[in-house]
Amino acid sequence: MATEPQTAIEPKADRPGVLGTLRAALEHLGGWVLRVLIRLGYIGRFAVAVVRFSGPSFARFGLVMREIYFAGVLSLVIISVSGLFVGMVLGLQGYDTLVRYGSANALGTLVALSLLRELGPVVAALLFASRAGSAITAEIGLMKATEQLAAMEMMAVEPIARVVAPRFWGGVISMPLLAAIFSAVGIFGGYVVGVLIVGLDSGSFWSQMQSAVDLRDDLLNGVIKSFVFGVAVTLIAVFEGYDAAPTAEGVSGATTRTVVTSALVILALDVVMTALMFRGI
Amino acid sequence: MTGQTVVQLTDLAFGYERDRPVLAQINMSVRAGQIVALMGGSGCGKTTVLRLIGGVVRATAGEVRVFGDDVAAMDQAELYRMRERLGMLFQFGALFTDLTVFDNVAFPLRERTNLGERMIRDLVLMKLQAVGLRGASQLMPHQLSGGMSRRVALARGIALDPQLMLFDEPFTGLDPISLATIGTLVRELNDALGASSIIVTHDVQESLNIVDYLYFIAAGRVVAQGTPDEVRASEEPFVRQFVRGEVEGVVPFHQPANDYRSDLLAADR
Ligand SMILES: Nc1ncnc2c1ncn2[C@@H]1O[C@H](COP(=O)(O)OP(=O)(O)O)[C@@H](O)[C@H]1O
Ligand SMILES: [Mg+2]
Repeated sequence: MATEPQTAIEPKADRPGVLGTLRAALEHLGGWVLRVLIRLGYIGRFAVAVVRFSGPSFARFGLVMREIYFAGVLSLVIISVSGLFVGMVLGLQGYDTLVRYGSANALGTLVALSLLRELGPVVAALLFASRAGSAITAEIGLMKATEQLAAMEMMAVEPIARVVAPRFWGGVISMPLLAAIFSAVGIFGGYVVGVLIVGLDSGSFWSQMQSAVDLRDDLLNGVIKSFVFGVAVTLIAVFEGYDAAPTAEGVSGATTRTVVTSALVILALDVVMTALMFRGI
Repeated sequence: MTGQTVVQLTDLAFGYERDRPVLAQINMSVRAGQIVALMGGSGCGKTTVLRLIGGVVRATAGEVRVFGDDVAAMDQAELYRMRERLGMLFQFGALFTDLTVFDNVAFPLRERTNLGERMIRDLVLMKLQAVGLRGASQLMPHQLSGGMSRRVALARGIALDPQLMLFDEPFTGLDPISLATIGTLVRELNDALGASSIIVTHDVQESLNIVDYLYFIAAGRVVAQGTPDEVRASEEPFVRQFVRGEVEGVVPFHQPANDYRSDLLAADR
């Protein structure tokens, strides 16, 4: 084989110069930016359609109730258990640090503020994305793959109105409630560690917390965060499901994308919102 | 049998991508009361014809008229009104997997009418009785066999008493008994509703028994047509190949491709 004449093989193309490489890199980057922009535009149009077709979700609230059950109620166990663990860890770590400065009594404040401002909304949203978001994507994607959405359309029923919008609103309503439950259970976890195990005074644990937590600055901002996360995660979940290629790989890929994209978007939004809300402190 | 024209396709052309036409020139018509079979190899565009009739996709050339109206000229609301008179049975039933059999059949009634629950209950039981599955009304779709799913989908498809039924490969993957059951049901329901039907199918023998007229599609065109008797007697090569199920004939076994030898040699480079 090695001795065969090589005349049939074309000469190698010239090696690209520095300019050529640069140009290729720029083209690559430009193509990527364009694709991202096109996809964002597509999601934006989809979001408008979801809102436009939301009438039936509220006229027949049973449709949304059902989705609140699937997205919210079925997430309760994982949210509560995780909240308890996170609160207990906060209690342990917080006590360890605070006791060095002789301010262990501020443990209640530390646990409550960490949970209400940050960990409650963020961790609950991350859990919500992997528990409920992935399920929403998989369900809608499979309905598409098995032609259920096409069948609906042929029955003169708009799938965005009947399938997508109720799931969207179910998620948007569930998310702040789940974050609140996460924080509440987490504070209880901090109480278990701080008061029941370490032996801090129960009265000062609660009263310090009560005087330090501000209704507007802490509680309301946390609720706003969890609401924004709820909109983002659920929109990503329904979009990925609706947009999935109607095959097995298509649905599994879309489910993965829901979890990964949601996590990135939650954390990025958290940076932005935290900067806007708490920069004066 | 020869009433007014329900579906009229005139010089219809369509492609999902610009440079790859699926349908080149399709002419066919369905009259009131008729069951028409649409036959052709896999991937020749049969499902696409049904989607064009339902207005899911729009023709690139030619005209689709359903109930006398041009589908391309309809806006969303008109399209949905037209679809209310249309029943479509998807290839694998496309039942809603999160709803019971009863709720599946009730779905179009609940979504598209203002009937009360008592009335809906009566109608659903009547439709399920018609396909012989009243006893299965509380089962979930995953508990049904292929033939039963197809029958539930049929009951759902006729829930609004459509004037035109579209069936996408209703016989595929069924045992001979289920197949004959569906075939008989299609004929009976069509005649009971006074509707018209288009059946996309590969099953020549079953369709020769139940349909009034057949169209054969290949390469985006209608290559043969006729009544069952004409088809049985036909000497046209394409029809004979299809009716007898021969591998090689006027329909090539191979997809168009590069020269076999040069393809293999290219792999050695
Ligand atoms: N959504 C789509 N996008 C692009 N091409 C498609 C799509 N659906 C079908 N096709 C192509 O169109 C052709 C006809 O498809 P179809 O009508 O489903 O065939 P049939 O039902 O006769 O088997 C096939 O070559 C198929 O690959
Ligand atoms: Mg098909």
